[in-house]
Amino acid sequence: MVLTPILTAHWDEADSYKLEGYKRHHGYVALAKALKSDPDSIIQTVKDSGLRGRGGAGFPTGMKWGFVPQNDGKPHYLVVNADESEPGACKDIPLMLANPHALVEGVAISSYAIRANHAFIYIRGEVPHVIRRVTNAVKEAYAAGLLGQNIQGSGFNLEVVVHAGAGAYICGEETALLDSLEGHRGQPRLKPPFPAVAGLYASPTVINNAETIANIPYIIRNGADWLKQWGTEKSPGFKLFAVSGHVKRPGIYEAALGTTMRELLEHAGGMRDGHTLKFWIPGGSSVPMLTEAHLDLPLTYEDMAAAGTMLGTGTPMVFDETTSVVKAVSRWLQFYKHESCGKCTPCREGTYWISGLLKRLEKGEGQETDLEKIDELCQQIMGRSFCALGDAAATPFPGAMKHFRTEFEAGVRTAADIAFDPAATTIFSKANV
Amino acid sequence: MTIDNTPVELVTLTIDDIEVQVPKGTLIIRAAEQLGVQVPRFCDHPLLDPVAACRACLVEIEGQAKPQPSCAMTVAEGMKVRTQVSSVMADEAQKGVMEFLLINHPLDCPVCDKGGECPLQNQAMTNGRGESRFDGEKREFEKPINVSDRERCVSCARCTRFADQVAGDPMIALLERGSQQQVGISDDQPFDSYFSGNTIQICPVGALTSAKYRFRSRPFDLVSVPTTCEHCASGCSLRTDIRRGNVMRRLAWDDPQVNEEWNCDKGRFAFPYVQEGRLNQPLVRGEDGLLHPASWTEAIDVAAKGLAAASGATAVLAGGRHTVEDAYAISKFARAVLGTDDVDFRSRPHSTEETQFLSSVVAGSGLGVTYADLEKAAHVVLVAFEPEDESPMIQLRLRKAVRRGRTKVTAITSHVTSGNKKLNATVIATAAGHEVSALSELALDANTIILVGERAASVTGLLTAATKKAKESGAKLAWVPRRAGDRGAVDAGLLPGLLPNGNSLTDSSAREKAADIWNVENNTLPFAAGRDFGAIVHAAVNGELKALLITSVDVEDTQHSASTLQAIENTPFVVSLEIRPSSITELANVVLPVAVVTEKSGTFIDWEGRPRNFGQAIREHNKLTDGRVLAMIADAMDVLLGQQDVAQLRAELAQFAAPTNRVDAPSHGADVPNGLTLSTWNQLIDDGALQEGEPFLAATSRNVIAGLNSKTAAAHSIAEGDLIEISTSLGSITVEAIFVDGAENTVWLPTNSGESKVRTNLGAAHGNIVTIKRGGGQ
Repeated sequence: MVLTPILTAHWDEADSYKLEGYKRHHGYVALAKALKSDPDSIIQTVKDSGLRGRGGAGFPTGMKWGFVPQNDGKPHYLVVNADESEPGACKDIPLMLANPHALVEGVAISSYAIRANHAFIYIRGEVPHVIRRVTNAVKEAYAAGLLGQNIQGSGFNLEVVVHAGAGAYICGEETALLDSLEGHRGQPRLKPPFPAVAGLYASPTVINNAETIANIPYIIRNGADWLKQWGTEKSPGFKLFAVSGHVKRPGIYEAALGTTMRELLEHAGGMRDGHTLKFWIPGGSSVPMLTEAHLDLPLTYEDMAAAGTMLGTGTPMVFDETTSVVKAVSRWLQFYKHESCGKCTPCREGTYWISGLLKRLEKGEGQETDLEKIDELCQQIMGRSFCALGDAAATPFPGAMKHFRTEFEAGVRTAADIAFDPAATTIFSKANV
Repeated sequence: MTIDNTPVELVTLTIDDIEVQVPKGTLIIRAAEQLGVQVPRFCDHPLLDPVAACRACLVEIEGQAKPQPSCAMTVAEGMKVRTQVSSVMADEAQKGVMEFLLINHPLDCPVCDKGGECPLQNQAMTNGRGESRFDGEKREFEKPINVSDRERCVSCARCTRFADQVAGDPMIALLERGSQQQVGISDDQPFDSYFSGNTIQICPVGALTSAKYRFRSRPFDLVSVPTTCEHCASGCSLRTDIRRGNVMRRLAWDDPQVNEEWNCDKGRFAFPYVQEGRLNQPLVRGEDGLLHPASWTEAIDVAAKGLAAASGATAVLAGGRHTVEDAYAISKFARAVLGTDDVDFRSRPHSTEETQFLSSVVAGSGLGVTYADLEKAAHVVLVAFEPEDESPMIQLRLRKAVRRGRTKVTAITSHVTSGNKKLNATVIATAAGHEVSALSELALDANTIILVGERAASVTGLLTAATKKAKESGAKLAWVPRRAGDRGAVDAGLLPGLLPNGNSLTDSSAREKAADIWNVENNTLPFAAGRDFGAIVHAAVNGELKALLITSVDVEDTQHSASTLQAIENTPFVVSLEIRPSSITELANVVLPVAVVTEKSGTFIDWEGRPRNFGQAIREHNKLTDGRVLAMIADAMDVLLGQQDVAQLRAELAQFAAPTNRVDAPSHGADVPNGLTLSTWNQLIDDGALQEGEPFLAATSRNVIAGLNSKTAAAHSIAEGDLIEISTSLGSITVEAIFVDGAENTVWLPTNSGESKVRTNLGAAHGNIVTIKRGGGQ
């Protein structure tokens, strides 16, 4: 496999994040091209390219845009979801840091396509350096006449607002994000109406992940077929794979969809010396874990689904044999408990209960019936919560049980920290190196 | 009332294999109810927008992989729904949610107010597991001073949605997240909503309790009686809960045509007066000049002799709190026993124009504009009427209509009020007294409803203008009085010149008919129209009256309290029928205790003209109705009226046919005041006599301020926050000035709140000239 540096092509240049650096590599050529074409043709190109959402669910982007009713007399909005908060996911943040103009240009083209004159980039509040960078990129684009009124004489107006989140995982859920953007407390909204019909300020709204939107300028400049040279029929294109964990060189690897985890591991320098892979998770803590046996599966939406997991955000977390699965799952559940918005019962109460049970398993104080109980409680959440956060919280445990049941059973007697030396699993550990 | 004949589009679906047809747009949970299937629910409430938060109502829908919330999903043609009755998926989902709801819920049912009437308790039994599998630590919260037990909360958001959607007072909200999510308020904004009590009632657990009822009783110790609220003319259906002869609490009862499932905090909490500080036995003034307890026989005898001796110079001041039956008994007693037409229920400011308006337009007109009409109207115009304060159910119904986007509201009032804002009303800021021209300039059509309030009486020409406007434009007109008994008093003929059911006293055939029904000689009835309340007071002050019969009047309501007291003092013989001691009973020669609403049955006629019957809630007591007491006095005066029990009075009133010759409609020109005027109305929660003894309720009353336009203030060198003195020749009031978005040259004061006792201190009515100046300090 070869890497496909496109979004990441020029990250090593000193001014990759500046307008000048971006323009040196055909930056904003696509916008000029787009502004001369019919908005519908842009939607069609995106549809034809087969681009799927990079936020986790993999919904076809062009189709999403097509849901926006046209000539309805209402303002339309584009909202970029850059509230990257999923445990293990770290791709939008580096992208916005190193190549923010791809996002800004993508915002301009996408807004033009869906007839939006107002776009919002909602960035996770905990990353002020990224917020500053995107804000500066937007400022540069305004100054260069690439945003604002009558962009490049086309008659198209676009105001772009960079909005900082306030520190809630739930605001990555698109309707909660809209509530947050409107100034409310972030909690998911009842659907229908769907955002494409009544989203931000009850007007038609498209919400796309930052990486998805950053793909748009490249697709518009090079055409729909260009994207299809990578990936599979159902998962065309390339992806920012953010590999983290017990590998030698964690980082962002931009590669074609369909690349295998084994190949990504090679690029990342393999496992830490002297250690072996225990399990890995393809796309954030909200998708079920996989093992050594799954290393040769193509990383596509469809192949991951067939393996009983999801590509998710495409940010594999890799864990070696020093890791206590019980502790890992327990940490994730702590996270979901902390981040549950509280709106619906299964997620609010389920995460509270399960995280408590896992905590005692982690301490070796579990009871014989706990495993069965947790499994049932996960089923009581799955598919019954208001939004996907509940489902996500119910995912890690059953996935982990499938592969590491005995480790959980040990939790009835043995504390995780006894079974697994907590120091050995740290990245700075010198043990066994 | 108009009947909506629009055909309803029906949708056919099956629920648990049973085919059912329901109107399009029906929620699945409602459709299931029609089959008798009770899907469990907490956040669902028929009068609130769906939220699908609690997930208790999950059902299986064929073709859907996941169970779906039946409270938020509408039916579709051919849909196949399976509830817990026929679906393992639905049953397991519901049981799972129920188990989750209970893990953090304290098992303190034995000490919880909700225990025994708790939806969580009930549904845990019907749709939950017998035993909990939870053995961890429950969530805990610090106990604040307020009355929210946060750990009991199941985050259904009914209370917050009610406050936001129905009342328009979004002062409570969900705070924090996850299992720490809780209902809270902002640090600087207490939950001072007029409707806060409803949140207690719709709380499906015991998280919200009332300061009054908390830890006081158990549901199974209570005897519940359907009653009607006596506090205003909204006509709310209530449930009064009694324990061993004492009222423990009152709840809003479900009446879709009137109050839906809501009421206001006054109606809910202002009931201590029925028990505390009552007059318990007759009092008769002795030769020592003091009132002494007396037997009923003695008191009735003294009253009868005194009234008989004053024959030809007696008058009746009736008040607006009576049931229609008692009002009728008083009306009849005045004419048939005392032979006087000097009778009036309007203790508050009034006019001859209003007498004419009420006699010609309102009396005996039956059901007119209804709540349903308000909901359907394209345009509702509020004239000298503040629904949030004066008829809170109209406020809620209008807000409902406005939220649906079909109805717009215009208010002709002195300034933009909080109530107007919640109705998104167009406010035509009009100095008090100048409403006639504002109303005349409005372009109205037949899809409009004009609601005119009680203070219109003190603006000359306004009732004439409203009547005319309605006639010309085809708009519907309704008079919204403030007191529960006002409309019934009009129907009973408690106005000079007016017999029951809109008949004119000066119409000889109507008078003959009345004499016939009352079984008295025609010539014993008065021939000419008598004096109104103000004229009676005036005559009494001048010593022209020999006796007064006063029933349930508060001097604080009358145009000038001191004059009213002077009138009583100057009248040689005064009989007072009252529920509690007052400044009037102190001056009376005979005081006869009468029953309060809980102790009698009767009927209030609400503003719509809808009879609101209620039964006797407390049986064991020694109180008689006004009707019964008057019958005894009449008996002692040798006029046999019969028992005059409630049923008899009701039947007798029904014998009065609709009038053949109505009183003429008023035709008064406008008389615009020249100068700075007083705008005033009673706030919902104020110092009214029936609100006594309820400190928790009183604490939610609004700040006592004078509201005025900043330009008017500047013209008088008044800055916001200054104390200002508002005066008439009779006295003054000093309160803090607050700038309002309103008309110039007018100042607003609450009529009867704290330092602002408009009647007592100013002797003024809405629209009267007052002077203002900066006074006091900052």
